[in-house]
Amino acid sequence: MRLFAKPFFSSDSHSGGGGALEGFYYDNKVVKAFMIAAVIFGVVGMLVGLTAATQLFWPTANFGIPYTTFGRIRPLHTNAIIFAFVGNAMFAGIYYSMPRLLKTPMFNRLLSWIHFWGWQSIILAAAITLPLGITTSKEYAELEWPIDIAIALIWVVFGINMIGTIIKRRERHMYVAVWFYIATFITVAMLHIVNSFELPISWTKSYSLYAGVQDALVQWWYGHNAVAFFLTTPFLGLMYYYMPKAANRPVFSYKLSIIHFWSLIFLYIWAGPHHLLYSSLPDWAQSLGTVFSIMLIAPSWGGMLNGLLTLRGAWDRVREDPVLKFFVVAVTAYGMATFEGPLLSLKNVNAISHFTDWTIAHVHVGGLGWNGFMIFGMLYWMVPRMWKTKIYSLSLANTHFWVGTLGILFWTLPMYWAGFTQSLMWKEFTKEGFLAYPNFLETVTQLIPLYAMRAFGGLLYLIGTFIMIYNLIKTAGQGSFVADEYDEAPVLVKNVTITGEGWHSVVERKPVMFMLLSLVAVIIGGAVEFIPTWLVESNIPTIASVKPYTPLELEGRDIYIREGCYTCHSQMIRPFRSETERYGEYSKAGEFVYDHPFQWGSKRTGPDLHRVGGKYPDSWHYNHMMDPQTMSPGSIMPTYPWLLSDKYNKNQLPDKINAMRTLGVPYPEGFEDEAIANAEAQAEGIVKSLADAKITAKGDKEIIALIAYLQRMGTDIKKEQTAVK
Amino acid sequence: MFRNALNSIEGVSIFPIFSLVVFFVFFTALGFWVFKADKKYVKHMENLPFDNEK
Repeated sequence: MRLFAKPFFSSDSHSGGGGALEGFYYDNKVVKAFMIAAVIFGVVGMLVGLTAATQLFWPTANFGIPYTTFGRIRPLHTNAIIFAFVGNAMFAGIYYSMPRLLKTPMFNRLLSWIHFWGWQSIILAAAITLPLGITTSKEYAELEWPIDIAIALIWVVFGINMIGTIIKRRERHMYVAVWFYIATFITVAMLHIVNSFELPISWTKSYSLYAGVQDALVQWWYGHNAVAFFLTTPFLGLMYYYMPKAANRPVFSYKLSIIHFWSLIFLYIWAGPHHLLYSSLPDWAQSLGTVFSIMLIAPSWGGMLNGLLTLRGAWDRVREDPVLKFFVVAVTAYGMATFEGPLLSLKNVNAISHFTDWTIAHVHVGGLGWNGFMIFGMLYWMVPRMWKTKIYSLSLANTHFWVGTLGILFWTLPMYWAGFTQSLMWKEFTKEGFLAYPNFLETVTQLIPLYAMRAFGGLLYLIGTFIMIYNLIKTAGQGSFVADEYDEAPVLVKNVTITGEGWHSVVERKPVMFMLLSLVAVIIGGAVEFIPTWLVESNIPTIASVKPYTPLELEGRDIYIREGCYTCHSQMIRPFRSETERYGEYSKAGEFVYDHPFQWGSKRTGPDLHRVGGKYPDSWHYNHMMDPQTMSPGSIMPTYPWLLSDKYNKNQLPDKINAMRTLGVPYPEGFEDEAIANAEAQAEGIVKSLADAKITAKGDKEIIALIAYLQRMGTDIKKEQTAVK
Repeated sequence: MFRNALNSIEGVSIFPIFSLVVFFVFFTALGFWVFKADKKYVKHMENLPFDNEK
């Protein structure tokens, strides 16, 4: 692509090249494949999101079958968007920009294709297993252990391909975008491995190695940094490449980008505990999360300003160029989300925002604005160049921009409103000192019009995406695809002594040293948070009356996990009067020591369930699961008729007990042999109590196990209080 | 609380001091190097995305 009559600035001897010119070809085919996959899965992910959003104001949109209920498709939506849409687009962007920045083709074409097909197979596996309810219930890490292993292997393939390319490079120095790609590779590998330690009991079921508070800490260290190192750092790298390319001028300040990089990767990793404020996590860890989150404003805004100021003197072109329009909104959304994030990490703000739709609005400013619009801008920039043509229709691209922007507004504004409304209703007391809205459902039905508006916003955004697809297909149709793009560069002369260069430029042209430094920077934050929480018992005071689950309760808990109940119900009562009045005693760290995995949740579309045990009769739960509206008129909870007819898997109980014992749950030796009989006996009791309420049920149904779990939840601590009295 | 928790790990007192020193030195050196960085180097680096355009 000839943008200038001569190179913008001629590269001088500093490039360290100097050898003979060598010709080579960039592989555009794999870039094209990743782009197509990103677009297809983007549409799928958005459609699933739209379905989930619709179910919140029209519950029957779940079609009455297990595979499409909210609890199962919400993880499908998040995984599809994060790993399939954003992931594939990230790989397309990296496979296009990295070889061009390093002046060499990708290391190995076979590895590129193994990466591509491997990643798509993982997505396919996710699309099958999540609707089937095969899930670990750890947010954005829901995939079960065989898929986790596949992810690790394919990620390593990507890493080898990337490092190989860096080693083969013809440009002595690595541009800042490449640093962000390296940090992405290293950190995501570390996060994925540490968070995925689990003990398999079958091909489709495993238990997290960690329990309760520790599991929560590891999970949100992962969850937060999945946002940081899967949705942010690679896209900052892409911003540092595509923004200057689209604006036709170098980045505003290269020096700022260096500071941006190091401070961002160092600070981000510490901030995870801000997802657990006012929870049972030790206070010091919560404070650490808050402090580092506030500090994060500096590098985040440094990066945002660096991106926006790259357009200095070119703002007139933003009016005409849809690529720049998308980038400007994307970077602005990044700036808003990274300003809001630290504010949400303040305990007093978090007390209002947490568990409400405010968080959902916040992540969608990032997802729809930053990631989505960066991807759209990149696609509009890359497709005409790879097909050697001009964009088919500028006005359609502009239409997409406006429809998409309106979509973001219609999506996020109602959700902010919903968040404030619901939180204020939860916390409102009457003059007499009672909860103003003691019925949780009142605070939900209030939001239904807002949920409908949000779905409309999502629909607009999706329509915009379809407009883009049409435009890009037409663009490709009028051009001819360049599968292999020719370029040439001087051979990099090895072992030259460069004098008078600073230590940083030395680090930055030695990829292995660079990787080690990045790894050290990201390990420290995690280590400081984990080691004391794991080693120091006083962090999680034990409670004598807290006992392991019975086999039937454990089975019920696994059904709770399978149905994704955690996507709408928390199990974490925060120490506020408004919560202890509504739910009961606040949650203690010691109550979760046998919870592999933890089920604290992150959103309350329904009420907290930590003290639901003993609150209602068994028959209430039975009827409520069959049809929530019979017990709570106006409820938007889905119906779960299959729990009443399906049998739970009794034969797996001994394995589950053994696995839990391996993980440190103190079941006595030999208890696994009694597990089935124990479960049957407990089931009999529930069947009897249902019979008293004139409900005929068999003891081997899933609903019985689920009721056993629900009735146990949060009750152990009450036994202690009774004992003390 | 933070200090109590960490105190029970043996020899831990050196960890935070060591981390603080390492990172203080790293970021100071980084800031200093960035401030002093060779203009030719910076110019070369920031134009890397444009080198393929012939």
